[in-house]
Amino acid sequence: MKQSISKRFAFLPGAIKATIPVMAGYIFLGTAYGITMRESGFGTMWTLLVSLLVYAGSMQFALVGLLCAAFSPVTTVLMTLMVNARHLFYGLSMLQPYRHTGKAKPYLIFSLTDETYSLVANGAPTNADSTCWFLTVSALNQFYWVLGSVLGAVLGQVIPFDMTGIDFAMTALFTVIVTEQAVNAYQAWKAGKQPFVEAFGPALLGAGATMVCLVTVGKQAFLIAAMVMMLICFYVMFRREERKGANE
Amino acid sequence: MSNLQILLTILIAAAVTVFLRFAPFVIFRDETKVPAFIRWLGNRLPMAVMAMLLVYCLKDVSFSSASSSIPALVGVAATVLLHLWKKQMILSIAGGTAVYMLLIRLL
Repeated sequence: MKQSISKRFAFLPGAIKATIPVMAGYIFLGTAYGITMRESGFGTMWTLLVSLLVYAGSMQFALVGLLCAAFSPVTTVLMTLMVNARHLFYGLSMLQPYRHTGKAKPYLIFSLTDETYSLVANGAPTNADSTCWFLTVSALNQFYWVLGSVLGAVLGQVIPFDMTGIDFAMTALFTVIVTEQAVNAYQAWKAGKQPFVEAFGPALLGAGATMVCLVTVGKQAFLIAAMVMMLICFYVMFRREERKGANE
Repeated sequence: MSNLQILLTILIAAAVTVFLRFAPFVIFRDETKVPAFIRWLGNRLPMAVMAMLLVYCLKDVSFSSASSSIPALVGVAATVLLHLWKKQMILSIAGGTAVYMLLIRLL
């Protein structure tokens, strides 16, 4: 009995270890968020509520701006759609892994943030029950985020110096993610596993389309425009590959 | 905003986020019906979206102004170099942010 329990939870140290980078990032970013909220006049309870219910890093930062402006449900809906539309695609690639997760499924889907996605997208380790592993990783990540943001909300009251610029942590976070992808892509290309276009194409397309749309469409709607542009380009690439495959 | 309006704004943001996260699972309940293109997008789209978000984060940087562009560009460069060097996510993020916060005060 004792052994079966220790066996059941044998995945725990590994799951905690897997979340360490996210723990560091979330506690740091969460603290930055809590401080930002405090500096905008929102107390700990508001910060806690948003981190529990919205639980979407970049949207929570964007929401601070909305909360400071005049009440506008329409702007809130549009802004959330634009900033969080990428979550549609995380879900699409998790359809299969999350298929048989039973009662855990609603929470797994609710808590599928960028960082959680980056951990669960590679699947669970073979020695762990995948549902337990997904659930542990997802819940730990939200715990770190909530802890960090409450910490920031409390610290925001007592920190004596000016914290302007702390929101750059979000930029740095995405910089790190893109850097890691670029290193992986470089290694796959170098090892001859993937041609250059296959390895670097998606990231270059994402950055390129977004920059083009930012310049042409402007700050208000460029995310939606960039996403449409990316989807069209990907579809063209997909059809070309399909045709090549049919000819061979 | 009144407290009720603050609460409503938060609830709207939460509801739209939940809608976006649940939509794929509700629409493609039957996995065999997921179009081949959607499967193909699998890991390609998230890579593109991460690059998109990086550009999104830099959207307010004015490249015609040195005091706006230099902290952001040097901050990103510091983050990349730190990460290539030590491969420690938190160190890269904290270091890059510290460089940025320092530069916006100096420039």
